[in-house]
Amino acid sequence: MDIAHTENSALLRRTSPGDWLFALALAGGAAFALRQYGGFMDIYEKLILVLTVPAIAAIGWAWKPFRLFLAVSTALALASISLYQGDLARAEKVFFLKYLISSQTAIMWMSALVFIATGAYWLGLLARSDFAEKTGSALTWSAATMGTTGLFVRWYESYLIGTDVGHIPISNLYEVFVLFSLITALLYLYYEGRYATRRMGAFVLLVISAAVAFLLWYTFSREAQEIQPLIPALQSYWMKVHVPANFIGYGAFALAAMIGVADLLVRKGILASRLPAPEVLDDVMYKAIAIGFAFFTIATILGALWAAEAWGTYWQWDPKETWAFIVWLNYAAWLHVRLTKGLRGAMLAWWAVIGLVVTAFAFVGVNMFLSGLHSYGSL
Amino acid sequence: MRYRSNSRALYELLSSMRFAISLLTILGIASIIGTVLKQNEPYNNYLNQFGPFWFPIFEKLGLYAVYNSVWFLTILAFLVISTSVCIVRQTRPMLLDMRSFREHAKENSLAQFQHHDRVPCALPTAEAQALASAYLTRAGFTARSNARGDGVLLAAKQGSWSRIGYFLAHSAIVLICLGGLLDGNLPLKAQMAMGGKVVTSGNQLISDIGPESRLGLDNWSFRGNVFIPEGKSANVAVLNVQDGILLQDLPFSVSLKKFHLDHYESGMPKRFASDIIITDNASGKSVEKTIEVNKPFEFDGVMMYQASFEDGGTKLKLVAHDLRPGAGTDFPLEGAIGDSVKVTTAGLDHTLELGSFRAFNIENMASDQPAEGGTMASLEKHLGSGAKSPTKKDMQNVGPSFQYKLRDSAGQAREYQTYMQPIQQDGAWYMLSGMRDSPSAQFRFMRIPMDADGKPDSWFMIRRQLIDKSRHAELARRFAATAVGQMDASVRSRMEETTRKTLELFAIGGFESLGKFIESTIPEAERDKAADVFIKILEGATWEAWKLARADAGLPAITLDGAAGRLVRDTLNATSDSLHYGAPVFFQLAGFDEVRATVLQVTRSPGKPIVYFGSLLLVLGVFAMLYIRERRLFVLIKDSGEALIALSSNRKSMDVEESFRRHRDGLAAALNPATPA
Repeated sequence: MDIAHTENSALLRRTSPGDWLFALALAGGAAFALRQYGGFMDIYEKLILVLTVPAIAAIGWAWKPFRLFLAVSTALALASISLYQGDLARAEKVFFLKYLISSQTAIMWMSALVFIATGAYWLGLLARSDFAEKTGSALTWSAATMGTTGLFVRWYESYLIGTDVGHIPISNLYEVFVLFSLITALLYLYYEGRYATRRMGAFVLLVISAAVAFLLWYTFSREAQEIQPLIPALQSYWMKVHVPANFIGYGAFALAAMIGVADLLVRKGILASRLPAPEVLDDVMYKAIAIGFAFFTIATILGALWAAEAWGTYWQWDPKETWAFIVWLNYAAWLHVRLTKGLRGAMLAWWAVIGLVVTAFAFVGVNMFLSGLHSYGSL
Repeated sequence: MRYRSNSRALYELLSSMRFAISLLTILGIASIIGTVLKQNEPYNNYLNQFGPFWFPIFEKLGLYAVYNSVWFLTILAFLVISTSVCIVRQTRPMLLDMRSFREHAKENSLAQFQHHDRVPCALPTAEAQALASAYLTRAGFTARSNARGDGVLLAAKQGSWSRIGYFLAHSAIVLICLGGLLDGNLPLKAQMAMGGKVVTSGNQLISDIGPESRLGLDNWSFRGNVFIPEGKSANVAVLNVQDGILLQDLPFSVSLKKFHLDHYESGMPKRFASDIIITDNASGKSVEKTIEVNKPFEFDGVMMYQASFEDGGTKLKLVAHDLRPGAGTDFPLEGAIGDSVKVTTAGLDHTLELGSFRAFNIENMASDQPAEGGTMASLEKHLGSGAKSPTKKDMQNVGPSFQYKLRDSAGQAREYQTYMQPIQQDGAWYMLSGMRDSPSAQFRFMRIPMDADGKPDSWFMIRRQLIDKSRHAELARRFAATAVGQMDASVRSRMEETTRKTLELFAIGGFESLGKFIESTIPEAERDKAADVFIKILEGATWEAWKLARADAGLPAITLDGAAGRLVRDTLNATSDSLHYGAPVFFQLAGFDEVRATVLQVTRSPGKPIVYFGSLLLVLGVFAMLYIRERRLFVLIKDSGEALIALSSNRKSMDVEESFRRHRDGLAAALNPATPA
């Protein structure tokens, strides 16, 4: 077991010129955005933009491959923006826009790459092929890159429709499914590097594939991909912090559940020689649920602060709020049992899998079956 | 003695993990109920849904307001108690543990640690101790040494703050629950129980509501709605409680200057905003402010939010067209939204209940397009920008509309929705009016055709002739004369008779009664042909009716062209529909003076700062608990030339093993400076 040495070593001591370049580029980007578009932002949005710089820099410093990923995504998005020349119609005329880096096309590429990556990971797992697994990793990175590019470009496209329509593309079920896919992929890639094993990819990519399958159904059968303006309740800077925090939570819980499935199989002796040892799976599962729980807590609190401003009540037991509470209780109980009682093994894995069912209901089920204030993405 | 042991057992139970987990589970399951059953609906809805047997049972169980029910609050109270007891119980041992270095640990017990190892150490003990201390400091530990007979023990620890996380997170839960309790409806329930306040029915004037249903200015926790029409002001909020209301006096009055309702091009709402003036009761000072969704405003400790909007009594000018056979002239009518207007003109005995008004209706006027086949074509359609609309859209404002109920003397009512302006459909212009028998049904629309002048007048004129039995003979005569000519008197008189009968049938129930007649009298094989004949006859008679009506009105003659032909067909259709319209009068909207009203939510929530502070503690606590890792590292440097290194953690995880190996190797290198690391 080779685990990267990160604990207790100060972040600053391990920075390289590349890290500083990364941070500088982020700061430069933020400064440019403030100068160019500051007039469109309120003070909170400016604050969020400024605080994003150290947050993203910290991620890049602690997890080096993230720097290249973000650089490539940004470069592709900028290329797309420059090809647009401020004219939406060019998405139909310019080859690279139409078939590569306009938002819809980029998201289609993400979808295709996720499916192929899933296949590659499974091939690697079953045929014990290092090459196939490495391909799986590369494809997953590419999928996350295309997804991120797609969202960046979609953000730009929304402003081309009209400055009053433009908004960050995390406002409806379609957009957050893209966000969910790429956050889950990135979380997985982080653990893949951290634990130096690609064997979990086959399982984690399954849940991303499921999300992508839903996304495609939602696109082709419900035409959900069209950018819609924001209703008054959603016009708030809170969205920029509440939604991403929430999806780090959802993504981490989904990842934990898939690791739970792998864990259960290994404990039954299925694929045991191919998958990592139960202790490793158990550890990843705990780490994912811990990060998920921390961010889900933040997200729920941010949601409450937003609700207080938009609806006049920080908590009113709206179905979405209540289910968020249930999800939170579920993982709070999971963590109590594991940390305080020291419980390990199949039961926790089962619990993590069931947790995904609860999470999925809170995420999608509430919109499908229950009515309430959170009706930004009905099916 | 027994009492003591019982309370001890209770204390043990309340502070046990099993109890806490059970509570979390029960709370989760209980919460689900309120998401499945819609909460705080009007009681009538529940009565309809569950029937008279289950309705009172569910009411007793508090299922219509689960989160305010006694049993739900009891579960929450237990959670608060359990968490508090847990904190109390853990405080002393945890604080002791945090402070202690355990520098008196025995070699035997250190050797029992899961993570321990022995490394050689040839240096003199004092020198080794200095090197090891330096290493521990570098690695972020604080250490304490304890000299003993055979060497020295360095007991070091780091990450003790993770224990503080426990206190933060758990006291946060208590704070949030208590804060939430202050903002819930418990204070209101207490006032109702102790202050003798009773809820009253919502169907009365605010000024008629007595002090027993009014809450005073000293009420420190409430949540209500203020309804203010444009140009008016209000100083009380309405609190919806159970199946009635309570009034809350406000320390100020709010008047609405203007309500803004902006839309995007697609017709989606873009902005709701109220320009208000708040006047303080005590000082008489005024503040002007615009309140929007997501932009609330606080005044005198009361937060005000844009909650919704309604009609504030828009004044409508109507023209009533009498639809009865042989009816007289049109007459004007006025009323405001929310009014019930008596209609007694020309022997009518009806009540017009003006329900709602919309200044504009944005509709997709694009005609449906057939789907293009092929997977590749479909994929192609979904590439490109996200701004592209997958379906053809032509969003247009089709103008104002209003909705009303017309109640007859027997109390029976039907609901109508009528557009003010003609709407273009299939290349022609129509005035649309829909009718439905029940609120759950869809409106069925009658399309009144516009004539060459863009008015519905021709339709009313022709229709009057068509449904007037006394005109049928004349219409039949004229039609037969043009259709058959002078050639054969008997054929002509048969034609006349058929036409008269057709008109008579049509005047009863339109195409429906004709259809029934055809079905009952004509063999199946010939029905289509017969229907064609009837349509031809009707169209011809309609044309005659038009000419006749124009002549009666002293209007110049017209010639039959394509447009006139279409008007004839549309007139027939609309006339047929009008016979199922269910109202003796058609109300045309001639003018309006829109008045909007805003609904502001006003709250005083004393628990909010407590809940927010609790939330902050929760986040800090959760991160401290999960991400500050507590480690204890023991280095027993023995005079015999070896060192025992042991590491413990309050959590079992893979990191512990990893950090043990790292510190062991680091210490081994530090203690043996000569050997290359």
